[in-house]
Amino acid sequence: MENWRILWQLYVAFFRIGGLTFGGGLAMLPMLKYELVEKKKWLTEDALLDCYAIGQCTPGIIAVNTATFVGYRKRGVAGGIIATLGMVTPSLVIITLVAACLENFMDNVWLQHALMGVRGIVCALMLNTVINLARKSLTDAFTCVICGIVLAICLFTKLPTILIVVVSAVIGILSERIGKRRKGDET
Amino acid sequence: METIWELFWEFFKIGAFAVGGGPATLPFLMDLAEKKPWYTMEQLTDMIAISESTPGPLGLNMSTYAGFQAMGVVGGLISSFGLVLPSVIIIIIIARFLDNFNKNPYVEGAFRGIRPAVTALIAAAVFNLCRVSLFVETDGELAPAVGSMLVAVLVFGLLQIKKLNRFHPALWFLAGAVVGVVFGL
Repeated sequence: MENWRILWQLYVAFFRIGGLTFGGGLAMLPMLKYELVEKKKWLTEDALLDCYAIGQCTPGIIAVNTATFVGYRKRGVAGGIIATLGMVTPSLVIITLVAACLENFMDNVWLQHALMGVRGIVCALMLNTVINLARKSLTDAFTCVICGIVLAICLFTKLPTILIVVVSAVIGILSERIGKRRKGDET
Repeated sequence: METIWELFWEFFKIGAFAVGGGPATLPFLMDLAEKKPWYTMEQLTDMIAISESTPGPLGLNMSTYAGFQAMGVVGGLISSFGLVLPSVIIIIIIARFLDNFNKNPYVEGAFRGIRPAVTALIAAAVFNLCRVSLFVETDGELAPAVGSMLVAVLVFGLLQIKKLNRFHPALWFLAGAVVGVVFGL
């Protein structure tokens, strides 16, 4: 009985987090802290930051990764799955409703004018996201070179995205290994 | 039935290889716009706007929307299930068997390569996005959509001001919609 109660609480907590935060990723951290650390006292702030850090460096949606991790720590595999379901439910319901509504109005002239304005905004916001990302990720010559090469590949060829991700990971590992060996030679 | 499986598989791959959350799913979603008949690039732009102005993680919202465009309510369920499944599997494995995963030298090394590569992937995707949103194709020739372009340039400039940067995206979209209707873009 106790087990079911905690699973239900996990579902509700992550449902609230998913349903009340916009944007995901970093925007979600204050809400995660409030619900999980301050209100429920399920884990310490450090433990949450740990889960979040791992959520960031594993593939997939960061908020979902963090939810699975926290749920797993609390109640094992079932906890991980339930917490993830809680996180996903609000998105599913809201997006399905909005998409279904918009579909009915797509022929409306006013909506089409509005969307033309909105598309300009999307471009501006996404460009801004790219610049912020570049500031954070391009820290030295190595990262700039990788970024430049991949950008050229994307704009002029049609290599599969998955291949690019995998190869860049391998190059990163090799460069780290070679860097270490050189340091070893010097000392 | 075949589409259900295809949807699941495509989004499973996105969940397994999009490192860096929401924006990192964009290059994959763009590949799908070109490769599959599910949605167009213009629809993808609208999907981004709606996903950013509704609650929930951006990548999850975009994927649910993409699935909905492909197959309605069932499609939305399938695509988000596919997207989330790799996360659940990978995280449970890490939580159970790997301590200090993010401090492992191989993981750190991999990220030195992945981070700038993902930045480039997203930059290229945004470049394509701007190309379809800020230009209209008439008789096979690209002509600039002057209205949208002015809005984009103006707002991009405004975003460089720190105080305005904190405004919620939904507010910007609302402003864009009003401008679009008033000036009949």
